[in-house]
Amino acid sequence: MGNHSSLLLREEEIETIQQETGFTPNQIERLYSRFTSLDKGDNGFLCREDFHRIPELAINPLGDRIVNAFFCESGSEDQLNFRQFMKVLAHFRPVKKDKENKLNSREGKLRFAFQMYDTDNDEQISKEELLGVLQMMVGDNISEEQLVSIAERTIVEADKDGDQMISFQEFCAALERTDVEQKMSIRFLN
Amino acid sequence: MGLENLILLLVLGVIFLPFILAIGCLVLVMTCPWSRNFRSGYVNLLLKIFQYGTGRIESAEQKKLETIKEKNGIANGNIAESVDLVEDNCSSGHAIIKSSAMSKEDLVLLPNGNSSPKTSIPKNRSFNSLKNDFILSDCLDFVHAGVEAIIEDEVTQRFVAEELKSWNLLTRTNRHYEFISIRLTVTWIIGFFIRYFILLPSRITICFLAVIWLTLCTGLVGFLNEGAMKRAIYEKVSIWCFNFLSCALSAVITFHNKENIPKCGICVANHTTPVDVMVLHCDNSYALIGQRHGGFLGIIQRALARASAHIWFERSEVKDRETVAKRLKEHVDDPDKLPILIFPEGTCINNTSVMQFKKGSFEVGSVVYPVAIKYDARFTDAFWNSSRHSMIQYLYMMMSSWALVCDVWYLPPMHRRAEESAIDFANRVKAVIAKQGGLVDLSWDGALKRMNAKKEWKQKQQEEFSKRLKVE
Repeated sequence: MGNHSSLLLREEEIETIQQETGFTPNQIERLYSRFTSLDKGDNGFLCREDFHRIPELAINPLGDRIVNAFFCESGSEDQLNFRQFMKVLAHFRPVKKDKENKLNSREGKLRFAFQMYDTDNDEQISKEELLGVLQMMVGDNISEEQLVSIAERTIVEADKDGDQMISFQEFCAALERTDVEQKMSIRFLN
Repeated sequence: MGLENLILLLVLGVIFLPFILAIGCLVLVMTCPWSRNFRSGYVNLLLKIFQYGTGRIESAEQKKLETIKEKNGIANGNIAESVDLVEDNCSSGHAIIKSSAMSKEDLVLLPNGNSSPKTSIPKNRSFNSLKNDFILSDCLDFVHAGVEAIIEDEVTQRFVAEELKSWNLLTRTNRHYEFISIRLTVTWIIGFFIRYFILLPSRITICFLAVIWLTLCTGLVGFLNEGAMKRAIYEKVSIWCFNFLSCALSAVITFHNKENIPKCGICVANHTTPVDVMVLHCDNSYALIGQRHGGFLGIIQRALARASAHIWFERSEVKDRETVAKRLKEHVDDPDKLPILIFPEGTCINNTSVMQFKKGSFEVGSVVYPVAIKYDARFTDAFWNSSRHSMIQYLYMMMSSWALVCDVWYLPPMHRRAEESAIDFANRVKAVIAKQGGLVDLSWDGALKRMNAKKEWKQKQQEEFSKRLKVE
């Protein structure tokens, strides 16, 4: 009975999260109910296994990277509490012009996308990192040599300063013409 | 010791003989049409009370909203802000619980590699046949789909209790509604007393008696010689006994399209709870196939097995597909045997959707009789969450809630087309059941309740993505 536990969320917590993330109290309560239903062990935090139990995420080629990004951003190895969970989700709130929030700005959204490729968190995408992510996306369907050439071409196209790496700035420039605001937004219902 | 036991047996015998006779009379009373009318009257009354409750919640919410509005208007003087807040609150209505946290519009990954509904991976590629170079933004669609799945997914929510549109005066489904207004609190307290001090004890008694009665009757039928006569008597007796048992849950079952009632062959239905078996048996008798259980279900299984041919397997045997198929085939080929009832989902789903039908039961014969079962979640949550509750806990919850209201539709028999694979046939039957029962038709495997997703499904997604990638 998932919604039972939503009662455990205190008013102050809702307020803090609301200020931090911009979600409305109703959205927070709803997502809290989801959080507790994902938390199979009733631990009050999520571990990686809890995420992998979602079938639609488990079959997502980038599923592992997405889960990783959740933990990476919160700086914890294997425990994600509700506040941290909400902070990551806040990146996916649609952008509203009048209400500025750092988390769901274009840059916030791009940061999340950049993390997909930046597997070692050094703020640079190397050829090896790109190759690894490409392999996750295509599996065994494309040969390694072909992937290497795709990775090399992508780096050459995006690399401005000639260090054979893609920095966050270069990444943003490469995605300049992509509608990131729309693609990285989810319409949360109230 | 011996003498003591003898005396004890005698005493028990003297106590129980009139008791058994009394059960007989009770069964007659409980299964007559008058009792059924009484139950449907009770259900209608409940509906009126729920409506009243919803009205109270809504007006209480409205009041709260107004105070928020005033407070904000005065304290902040920030009209825009308060209007926004009120709008947010209004759209939720709070009394009406919406089940969704977001609206899904884009890519949804499916196990068979197809993506639904409108778009395909990646969305920015307008022509699927046209291959494109890899660009860095290709990951965005996967990220979007992945985060959406974290917020809400189609599968895991089918294995927990269904969310209700309005409150049904049970604390287990609520969000502190019982204290929202005094009148509602009083209604709730009265309901609580009725449920726990009148309904629950009488239901437990009826259930207890019904199981004894069923065991007695099937035991007697078991002595008869095999043949058409035995089958006819068994049908009458089982329908009678199960109708009595259904009183233990105050069942109000409506059967639609009785002309399609299965008389032989394979009958397939969607599965919510072991009670499905009882519900269907109230109108027709079936042979059952399944795992041998212990405990309460085991008692009923053994009672039924005495009187008619059912197929029970030991846990170890279930894995052996061939034996299952063979015994199923033997049963179906014998026209004297009862129609066999199968739940091809293989697990209980919370009655909001139908999940993948296992192909086994569609390989045996060329015709199946689909049956759709839909419970009314307002009166009780019929779904058995077997990973959370034991059978006894589940029965306790069912007996302490309002009633078991459900609709059963007998659908016209479906034939397997020439050259149609068992899987396609299974999917076609599933779609028909889903449509009739108003359930969501999912292609996911119900076994995901206990298992993680298979690697092959991910590979399917990777394959789909690679197909659209241009390589030199």
